[in-house]
Formats: sequence, C-alpha cells, structure tokens
Amino acid sequence: MPELPFPLPSVQQVIFVLIAGLMILGALTVVLARNLFHSALGLVAAFFGAAGLYLVAEAEFIGVSQVLVYVGAISTLITFAIMLTRGMMFGATSPRNRQSGTAAMITLLAFVVLWALVSTIPWPQAGEAIGDGEAIIAGLGRAFVNEYVVPFQLLAMLLLVALAGAIVLARDRK
Amino acid sequence: MNWSDTLIQLQYDLGAPQELSWLVEGITFFVGAFVLANAALVLALLLIWITRKVVSRIQDRIGPNRLGPFGLFQTVADAVKLLSKEDIKPTTADTPSYLLAPVLSVMGVLMALAVLPIGAGLIGTDLNIGVLYLVALGSLGIMAALMAGWGSNNKYALLAGFRVVAQLLSYEIPMVLAMLAPVLLIGTMSMQGLVQAQSFFLGPVNLGVGWFVFLLPGAFLIYFIAALAEAEQTPFDLLEAESELIAGFHIEYSGMKFAMFFLAQFLNSFFLGAIAVTLFLGGWQGPFAGQIPLLGPIYFLAKTFLVYVVIQWIKGTFPRVRIDQMMGFAWKVLVPLVLALILAQMVILKLPLPLWINYLLVLAANLAVVATVLNIMGNYFQSEQIRSKRAFEPKSLIGTMQPVQSSSGD
Repeated sequence: MPELPFPLPSVQQVIFVLIAGLMILGALTVVLARNLFHSALGLVAAFFGAAGLYLVAEAEFIGVSQVLVYVGAISTLITFAIMLTRGMMFGATSPRNRQSGTAAMITLLAFVVLWALVSTIPWPQAGEAIGDGEAIIAGLGRAFVNEYVVPFQLLAMLLLVALAGAIVLARDRK
Repeated sequence: MNWSDTLIQLQYDLGAPQELSWLVEGITFFVGAFVLANAALVLALLLIWITRKVVSRIQDRIGPNRLGPFGLFQTVADAVKLLSKEDIKPTTADTPSYLLAPVLSVMGVLMALAVLPIGAGLIGTDLNIGVLYLVALGSLGIMAALMAGWGSNNKYALLAGFRVVAQLLSYEIPMVLAMLAPVLLIGTMSMQGLVQAQSFFLGPVNLGVGWFVFLLPGAFLIYFIAALAEAEQTPFDLLEAESELIAGFHIEYSGMKFAMFFLAQFLNSFFLGAIAVTLFLGGWQGPFAGQIPLLGPIYFLAKTFLVYVVIQWIKGTFPRVRIDQMMGFAWKVLVPLVLALILAQMVILKLPLPLWINYLLVLAANLAVVATVLNIMGNYFQSEQIRSKRAFEPKSLIGTMQPVQSSSGD
C-alpha cells in the first residue's frame, strides 16, 4: 500500500462531515427558502443532523431525545403554525428584509465568539470512565432529582407559564 | 452469541484483515439491514393476504383463492400491478415534499426493525434506549403525513393531514406512557433486557411465561388501544375511511407511491403488535426457548401474527368512531388513566414492603384501570345505543323520555 500524503480520515470523521453537510444544507434552507414550509422542512433536517451528531458522539439518549422532542413535537408545532397562518402557506415570501445585513453580522459575531470559546476551552476527556448507557440514563435521572432539582423544576415552571400565557394571548376577547 | 458477532467472526475466518475492522463491521450491519428490510417487504405481502382472508371470513366470504395455494399470490400480483402503474404527479404539487413523504413514511416504519428482538441473539442492535428509540420513530410518520398532505397541494389532503397529526399525537402520549410501565418495573429500556426479564423459572427450567401482561394488564390494554390508533386501524381508521375520504392525506398519490403508504400502514400495525409482544407478551420467551434457540423466533413470530390476526378481527367487527369520540377518548380517558397508573406504580414499587406484595398492589392498580376503561366504554356505548334508537322515534316523542311502544300486532 503506497504512503498517502495525508492520513486517512476515520469512519467517524467521514460520518461527521456528511452529517455536518446535511445540517448546513438544512440551515441554509431555513434562512434562504422562499417558501416557509420548505424552511420548516430544512429545520427538521437540521434537527436530524444534530441527533446524528449526538449519535456519533455515542450519546444515544440525547440523540433519541432530540428526535423525540425537536422532530416529533417542536417541528410539528412549527409546521402547524405555518400551515394555519393565512397567506403564508402558499406562494413565495421573500426571506429578505431591511434587517438582513444586521442579522448576518450578528450571526457572524455569534459564530466567531462560539468558535473562539470552543477552541480555547480545555474540554475534559471522559475516556473510558463513562460506563455503559444504562448507567448514564440512571445517573441523569438521579442528577435531575438531586443536584439539579431546582433548575429542572424551574424549567418545567417556565414551560407551564409559556403555555398558560399562549392560551391567554390567543383567547377570544369579547 | 449475537448474530453480528457471528458474522464478523465468519469474515475474519474467511481472511479479512484485522486492520479493516470498520469495513468488516460495516459489511455486517449492511447485510443485516438489507436482509431485514427486504424481509419486511415480503412480509407485507403476507400481511395483506392475512387481512383479506380474515376480514372476508368474518364477512362470510372466502377471500382470494384463485392465484396460488389459498390465493397466496394474489397480493404479489397486486403489487406487480401497482408497480407497473403510471406514476402521476399533480402539476401544482410541491415536488420535494411530495416525493419525500412516501419514502419517509416507509423509513420510519422500517427503522423499528433495528431494535425488535426476534430471538435470543437475533436483534439488529440492542440499544440501551431501545424503547425510547421506538417512541422517537413515531415522529417520522407524523412528518411524512404532514409533508404528503401539504405537498399534494390539495385542500382535502391537507385537512386529512391535520387529522392524521391530531390522531397520532393524541394517541402517542398514552402509548408512550403505557410502554413506560414495564420499563419502570425492571428498570431497563433495552429490548433484550425487557424480554429476558419475562422469563419464569420452575426449578432450573425456563418456562418463559412470566409475561408482563399478567402483572400489567391495564398498561397492556391502554397500549393496545393506543397502538390501534397509531396504526390507523379500525375502530380508529377514520383517517383512511375508504368509503368516504378515499384515504385522506395520500389522495393524490398513485401507483408505487400509494403502495408505499399502504406498505407503511400494514407494516406499522405488524410492528406495533411486535412491540406489544416484546413488552407485554414475553417476546421470544416460551417453554424451552432457552434450551432450543430456534424456538425463540418461532414463538416471537407466532405471537406477533396472533396479535395481528386479533387486530384484523377487530377491523372486521368494530364500527368506526367519530373524530370527536376519538379525541375525547384519548384525552379524557386514556391519558388521565395512564398517568394515574404510572404514578401509582412508581409509588407502589418504592413502598418498603416484600416484593410480592408490591407486585400484587401493582396488579390491583392495573385491574382497576382495566375495569375503569371497560366501564367507561360500556356506559358510552349504551348511551350511544339509546341515542341512536331515539333518532328513529316519532318526532312527538322526542324529549319526553318515553320509550317507544312496541306495536304488539306484528
């Protein structure tokens, strides 16, 4: 076998690049599609890509939860909202408006900040200490009722408030 | 010994180099996925034949009996006919979602095969979150229905798509919570772990009849009802309603694309039955399944086909419910009951009592749920019967609460 000028990518790397490509495509569809429903579908593709990335990182629980929550619930909700909005469902709407430039700049800034953060933080290497998935789920559950019980309950509270607020806003006022 | 380990070992024995382990594993899983997916397609032909036979027997007909033994090849001929039909696409359809919807619909169903334990070592991959994986797959079917309904650019298809999503989302909640009952009982989400927990040892011999349905009949009943709705089977087949809606969200699909929706529906009812078998009816467990591994797949398939025949039996005998009855039943009956059941089970299992008393209490809670569901359904059907009889009373009697006087002359 002749020596290659660069090291062969591992399987994980190839899969990562494929999934990342899918996510970027999906994200671009969300921003650039002229049809809102296509944007929603692009969002679903991006969510799927995120789930795939979790699977590549061997975090099956989070990956599957991602599909369950984002693809199953949130995307359906968004699609419903788009479909029930008159005039948005059919026909093209331009994705551009006067704030496109500002939005692009802020997005770029956010990307740079995130990139700088991710590349400078010394991430802890878990290695073999994680154990099998069963232990992870059990540990996650235990953390939710011990260490993180207050944030967890606060999040639930937030969702409840948002739900009640949406109902109050949407109520038919006489 | 897992099938994948066997296959990997076989490839190494045939001379595959050790450093290409990723390729060897890739080939192994490709072979497994290929065989399973194609077996599922052939299985669908058999399922359609079973449906036709069972329903026609209930309706006092014979069913397909001309082509092949017992008319077995009738569905093959139908499949060939569907394959060779003209592929029509509405000119105003939204191409990407119109074309992707049937693919996504079949994909969501076929992916369930990856975690179904067919035998002792026969499982695609024994994920430690197998149950959660199955739950997550349901969302693919919902997306497919939405895309088909919207992509067809037909307002009837779109409305039917909304109805599909409403039904699938409503019944997903009781189904998922009912699936949680066996998971809570033994504390694992791995499908093989759940099946292995349903063994029953009489001395050293595993009789394999420690099925969770004996301990959790309430959860099983709720799962079964919700699975009927998820599979769009009678009495919850108002989404399809062949005689009125002409199959709702896939009204604009023809030929092979229509066949794919059809395939997804039949396979979905089979796989939901297979999940019921795995979670509640012992999976591949059965008498002497531990001693003779070949018995495992036989038990599994026999049970699953039995559940499938029961579903078709229901299809042949039950009337269809209305959409308000369907939604009301999910949100007012099934969801509160299953929430109460899960809560009760969690509290009971944490009580500091001997294990058998805990189990007895769980069984009592489940029996209470079964009694409540049957009672509510009985009362409802009774009142509906009275109401529908009233509809044929003379106008003068309406509101007087008087039963119709039966004329004694004839």
